[in-house]
Amino acid sequence: MPAPSDSTALRCQNLHRFLGRDEGRVHVLKGVSFEAQRGQVYAVVGPSGCGKSTLLYQLGLLDQPDGGEIWINQQLMSNHDDTARTAARGEHIGFVFQFHFLMLEFTALENVMMPMRKLGRLGAEAMAERASSLLAAVGLGDKTHRLATHLSGGEQQRVAVARALANQPAILLADEPTGNLDQRNSGVVFDLLMRLAKENRQAIVLVTHNPEIANRCDVVRPMRDGVFV
Amino acid sequence: MSPNLQIAFRFLTAKKRAMLMSLACIVLGVGLFIVTQATTSGFEGFFIKTILGANGAIRIEDEIQATIRSMAAGGEDSSSNFQVLEKEGRKYIQGIQQPELIMDALRHFSNVAGVAEVLHGDVIINSSFKNDSAQVYGINLEDYLKVSDLGGHIVQGSLEEFRNEPDEGALMGRILAEREQLNVGDSFILQVHNQIRRYRVAAIYETGVRDIDQVRVYIHLSEARSLLEKPTGASFIQVNLYDELRAPQDALQMERTLHHSAAPWQEREKEWLEVFGALRKSTAITVSVFTLIAALAMFNTLAMIVLEKTKDIAILRSMGYTRQDISRIFLWQAAIVLAIGTVIGCLFGAGVTYAISQIPLRIRTIFTTDTFVVAWSVWHYIEATLTAVVMVMVASLIPARRAARLEPGDIIRGTAL
Repeated sequence: MPAPSDSTALRCQNLHRFLGRDEGRVHVLKGVSFEAQRGQVYAVVGPSGCGKSTLLYQLGLLDQPDGGEIWINQQLMSNHDDTARTAARGEHIGFVFQFHFLMLEFTALENVMMPMRKLGRLGAEAMAERASSLLAAVGLGDKTHRLATHLSGGEQQRVAVARALANQPAILLADEPTGNLDQRNSGVVFDLLMRLAKENRQAIVLVTHNPEIANRCDVVRPMRDGVFV
Repeated sequence: MSPNLQIAFRFLTAKKRAMLMSLACIVLGVGLFIVTQATTSGFEGFFIKTILGANGAIRIEDEIQATIRSMAAGGEDSSSNFQVLEKEGRKYIQGIQQPELIMDALRHFSNVAGVAEVLHGDVIINSSFKNDSAQVYGINLEDYLKVSDLGGHIVQGSLEEFRNEPDEGALMGRILAEREQLNVGDSFILQVHNQIRRYRVAAIYETGVRDIDQVRVYIHLSEARSLLEKPTGASFIQVNLYDELRAPQDALQMERTLHHSAAPWQEREKEWLEVFGALRKSTAITVSVFTLIAALAMFNTLAMIVLEKTKDIAILRSMGYTRQDISRIFLWQAAIVLAIGTVIGCLFGAGVTYAISQIPLRIRTIFTTDTFVVAWSVWHYIEATLTAVVMVMVASLIPARRAARLEPGDIIRGTAL
């Protein structure tokens, strides 16, 4: 692996992860190394159970590795405590999950404002303005005050994309972001991710089973049995 | 509004029925705690007020003699007919030989509001209806009014008549007057040893304490000295205090300084006060069960919300919300319901307390009342609120900590909980 440059947003080295206990313990990640540059879109592909999502959660600091190292913006994060990793998530990483995971009691605008309110960089008005512009960017400018429950699946996923971008993270991690959408909405969401990554120079790592989506990414990394092949 | 508080508010709406149940339990717990404390404290307070009004805060009685030997030396050559009592290794000479000196000394105590000497003795009362035993209390009216509520206890006649009749005026307890079929203005005879004297009912009083109202007859002190053939001394000195709660400390100091036994009202009425105290505690414990149920309901509701909101917890954690944030979101939910519940509970408690105070209830034994007696104290509200806060927040800590411990990776993978 080449030495990291300033444009390296995310890097991991020799990652190991075991899941389960006792006899059911499985070695899911077997020394995975990976690097993502700003402004590039990466697709991690492979059969179910090969460790794609586990890798994504490791990279997003949602899970602790059993071995190996993870750098976020040149900062080693894998050996940090939960508080530091949580802060790094809020500041540098945005997530888009397959089942969008919106908070249903909140409107689209409130969902997008949620990470901004935690980070606290902007005032209330600026937050609302940015959330509105993000929703407009994903084509939901007229539905900002709708409750999440009153949005379609495709609309909810677009709100999730807007929310992931709320704090202008350097890294966007997406776990099958189009897996739960029809073909038309899949195209809309993917185009949106591509456009925003290029515009904002964000590194996007997405896990997908969809070969069409994977082929449109800048880099495709196939995985099998816990390692890149 | 902080994001945690806002999220807590919205999460509450997800479990409206369960939260309303918790709220209802808190309202009942707080309200009933207040009501029971108001009624038990009300009766206790009224009893204390009655006792203080009738017998004063401290009673100075028998003289304490330092040693047995000195008493024996004094007794051999003396013609004194004082009875000598022995108690717990101490010798007591019944009564007070020089009440004026003792009263002067008592007036120097900063907490003393009034002192009055009293001479009492057992007598036979003869009316035109029947003869009965009674107790005569010789008092200086003006002094005695400073150490009792006698003026407020008059139910027939007036103190003025008693004041204007220094020889034959008498104040008679209501029950004794009824038993003797005597009214204001009627004459009766008091008899003791060879003394037989006629008196007139100047007024009838009612303290509410049956043991007093059925035996006690007040006459002027000078008249009592003649009737009981005790030209000097006093049976006891009744003391009134500015701060009655300090009576035990003051009594101890008086006993040490004056060498006379001093009994504070807390000691004199120990049995009844213990009964009231036990009643108040037992009702508080019983009613706290409601609050305990409220705490369990809150625990159950929050545990359900944690189960239902695991994905939301994962989202929040992925967005940078810390474990403390997650814990606070759930504690805020408990706090919001608790705050609403305690406010409504306090209002409910106050309303029910007022309603109870209007319920007719006739008591004529240790005190006299025609309605439920309630006490209005801010401490009942504080105690009820603190009980609810401690129980509900402790019960809420468990689900809140459980929510905070959840690993977002496990939730998304579906292996959490």
